[in-house]
Amino acid sequence: MYTQALDSADTAAPQGDADEGGRRERFQGRIDRDEKIEPKDWMPQEYRQTLIRQIAQHAHSEIVGMLPEGNWITRAPSLRRKVVLIAKVQDEGGHGMYLYSAAETLGVSRGALIEQLLAGRAKYSSIFNYPTLTWADIGAIGWLVDGAAIMNQIPLCRCSYGPYARAMVRICKEESFHQRQGYELMLTLARGSAAQRAMAQDALNRWWWPSLMMFGPSDAHSVHTAQSLRWKIKRFSNDELRQKFIDVTVPQAQYLGLTVPDPELRWDEPAQHYRAGPIAWSEFHAVLKGDGPCNRERLAARRAAHEAGRWVREAAAAYADKHGADAVAAPSG
Amino acid sequence: MNEDWVLYEVFLRSRSGLEHKHVGSLHAADARMAIEHARDTYTRRQEGVSIWVVRSSEIVAADPEEAEALFEPARDKIYRHPTFYTIPDEVKNL
Repeated sequence: MYTQALDSADTAAPQGDADEGGRRERFQGRIDRDEKIEPKDWMPQEYRQTLIRQIAQHAHSEIVGMLPEGNWITRAPSLRRKVVLIAKVQDEGGHGMYLYSAAETLGVSRGALIEQLLAGRAKYSSIFNYPTLTWADIGAIGWLVDGAAIMNQIPLCRCSYGPYARAMVRICKEESFHQRQGYELMLTLARGSAAQRAMAQDALNRWWWPSLMMFGPSDAHSVHTAQSLRWKIKRFSNDELRQKFIDVTVPQAQYLGLTVPDPELRWDEPAQHYRAGPIAWSEFHAVLKGDGPCNRERLAARRAAHEAGRWVREAAAAYADKHGADAVAAPSG
Repeated sequence: MNEDWVLYEVFLRSRSGLEHKHVGSLHAADARMAIEHARDTYTRRQEGVSIWVVRSSEIVAADPEEAEALFEPARDKIYRHPTFYTIPDEVKNL
């Protein structure tokens, strides 16, 4: 991501200048023609802020998302499952890095974003505040949580902001393995002993509703949707994406021989859609506000990791100071 | 607030014979670490056989506001393309 470090916020045209209206009109014209907006291009301050907020939340989600799965690396039941889980968690870390880089092109520093996260002032996906109680949860996360993430992220590959769209292309390519390994894990349990099947069902019971909530509040209550659609930051509304997810996922659950934990779920033949029962939004808002099962634990783990890594960062900086930052460069190839 | 390490832009040669292409950016304390981070961040699936990193601050970029002045003059010079010239079908190897 071609980055302009910290200067863009200052070099952006002062808001309210004489040609502000004209600039906005030309900007929307470019969006309407499906042109990409790049870091040095003029953009409305609200577009910049919306993107910074969204990309940073997305980056934080990737980083915090490493915790529930990392919890099971040492207890994976086979070497094959262990290398897969390590690779997946490493990917999530990489995705966080791509996204922080994209956010930085908008003129915010990485240090500031991480500080917001550690201070508890930034949001991240509500899903990662649920605990991973059994090994089946690793399967359910890959299948449902990564499945929902992919559903959200595929349209973001066409987002109007170039660096974000390019990061999403890279991420989506890598996510596909995440979802497939999760489903394969669930399939293995579903075809196993009665106890294993029960474990798989229990994981589905606990992850189904939180996965549906990942798409965000319903359209009627979503504050940002209309403007984001106009700017082509979003391409589909929360409810449209949630419906797509339900439609593809219910048959996958049926194939596993598992029951989706929604007594009101039914097939709507004329509309060719599954209709889900009502979502418990009070739970979603409680988790977002910080009162989910693991909010405090997740932030404490991030803070501890940041502190534990401090001496490494300081040593690397001291080494660079002593030897000159470019002295140990590899020869160009 | 934590001071960020230097920002580097990363370029990868995806396979022998191709040019290096920009893939993203990262922070590192020095150039050696930038190469190592680039390897972990951008080549987990054999996306590259060679890595360049360059400090972002060293890149000089054209101003998008000047795009018209820079690139517009080439638009009407269609005689720079081979299809501008009409050659009878009977003439071969041109």
